[in-house]
Amino acid sequence: MVPPRAICPKCRSSRVEWVQLSTQGKLVTYTIVHVSPPQFKHMTPYAVGIVEMEEGVKLPSIIRTSRLESLKIGMELEVDFSPKSQETSWPHWPRYFFKETE
Amino acid sequence: MRRPRRVKPLATIISAGLSKFGRREGVYARELFAEAALEAFHRVEDLDPGKDIKAAFIGQMSEAYEHQAHDAPIAASWAGILPAPATRIENACASSGSALRCGIMAIKSGLYDIVLVGGVEKMTNQPTPEVTGILATASDYPFEQWNGMTFPGLFALMATVHMHEYGTTEEQMAAVAVKNHKNGALNPKAHMQKEVTMDEVMRSRTVAWPLKLYDCSLITDGASCLILTSPKLAKKFSDNYVHIIGSGQSQDTFCLHERDSLTTINAAKQAAQEAYKMADVKAKDIDVAEVHDCFTIAEIIACEDLGFCRPGQGGKFVESGASNIGGTIPINTSGGLKSKGHPVGATGTAQVHELYLQLTGQADRRQVADAEIALAHNLGGSGATGVVHILRSA
Repeated sequence: MVPPRAICPKCRSSRVEWVQLSTQGKLVTYTIVHVSPPQFKHMTPYAVGIVEMEEGVKLPSIIRTSRLESLKIGMELEVDFSPKSQETSWPHWPRYFFKETE
Repeated sequence: MRRPRRVKPLATIISAGLSKFGRREGVYARELFAEAALEAFHRVEDLDPGKDIKAAFIGQMSEAYEHQAHDAPIAASWAGILPAPATRIENACASSGSALRCGIMAIKSGLYDIVLVGGVEKMTNQPTPEVTGILATASDYPFEQWNGMTFPGLFALMATVHMHEYGTTEEQMAAVAVKNHKNGALNPKAHMQKEVTMDEVMRSRTVAWPLKLYDCSLITDGASCLILTSPKLAKKFSDNYVHIIGSGQSQDTFCLHERDSLTTINAAKQAAQEAYKMADVKAKDIDVAEVHDCFTIAEIIACEDLGFCRPGQGGKFVESGASNIGGTIPINTSGGLKSKGHPVGATGTAQVHELYLQLTGQADRRQVADAEIALAHNLGGSGATGVVHILRSA
């Protein structure tokens, strides 16, 4: 389940455990944002999408790429982490991104 | 042609009011609401609003625009209906669609005999990036907002898949904008009473690819309201009334990534099925509809979800002219959110205001001939809320 939570919304079981996901996924859909909220101004235009992990769960994410025009539904991506918080008030936790598989 | 069985109405709309939509500089939300209410009061001379209106449900999305929460008592006070209980209903862009449902439930339960429902939003006193940020609060904070997903962005994610799976084109999305602007040009209350060409839409700047500026609804100030009563009492106040014969609301997962399909908005589909069943009508019985075209792709998906065309055919449907005034199911005769404007909290009951005009023959140059059954489709957020109402002329 993403986001992780204490109760399964499908069967209401609370017997849940953490599962380590692989780092690989496929792009389900994407857009390139040109008009952004003030917090994202510095990185505009940027790509966001939904990535389906090998295990089947889906994650929304910023897609880091220098070639925005190369994005395609179904392309392979891998997760990337950014340990540093940004200078604006939010987002401010160590967070994930996706990038093209090397 | 089979006419649908005439089910007993849930409630009856005896009047409707709409403020002028647009960039209303120097006007507070409370003044916009009073403007809409006054128009509704003027249509029913035998109604004494201060005495007869027993409760109000008022949709409003955000207190951030005017730094003002608790707006229902303010709106009620400025509309002159104190001390009737007034409650703010918030379901993002479906706020007043949900407020209408509250009003229906109040009438149907017998608790009150006359209620006011409506909505208001004053958006233009914030700059566009701030408005984009305020609207984004109706998406998921930790997963969508933190990933820079704006509202155009969320609907663009649906558009990308729709294009990929069904071959829907940017031109088909643009056709929605061209049609709705053409209708809006006939509506003196619309924000942007101006036709646009396919070329202008296609050449407008990108907001969130594949959506361009003219694929997006407008940042608008406005208010809308309806006066509801029981079907029995309606005749006492007006000859121009409209029955509500179906009402549906449903929810879906808040985040897009949790949904199985991105080419349909399941909450709206479920709400439509509930409303169709209640009203005992089918999609083909609908004579005119207002659908939630917050972005052009949303109207394409709405036509499929409501059963006006088959899944994946929404692009071709608009291109065929079927949803033009004069077509088989005219859609968004008011100009829609696209051209009339989208003061988010006011939108749900503004859609029903247009249908009230259509079913009582007061839609002037936008009038759909012989309209008897109408449908309103209102979304909240990226489709976590879907509200559908079906109306019938008296």
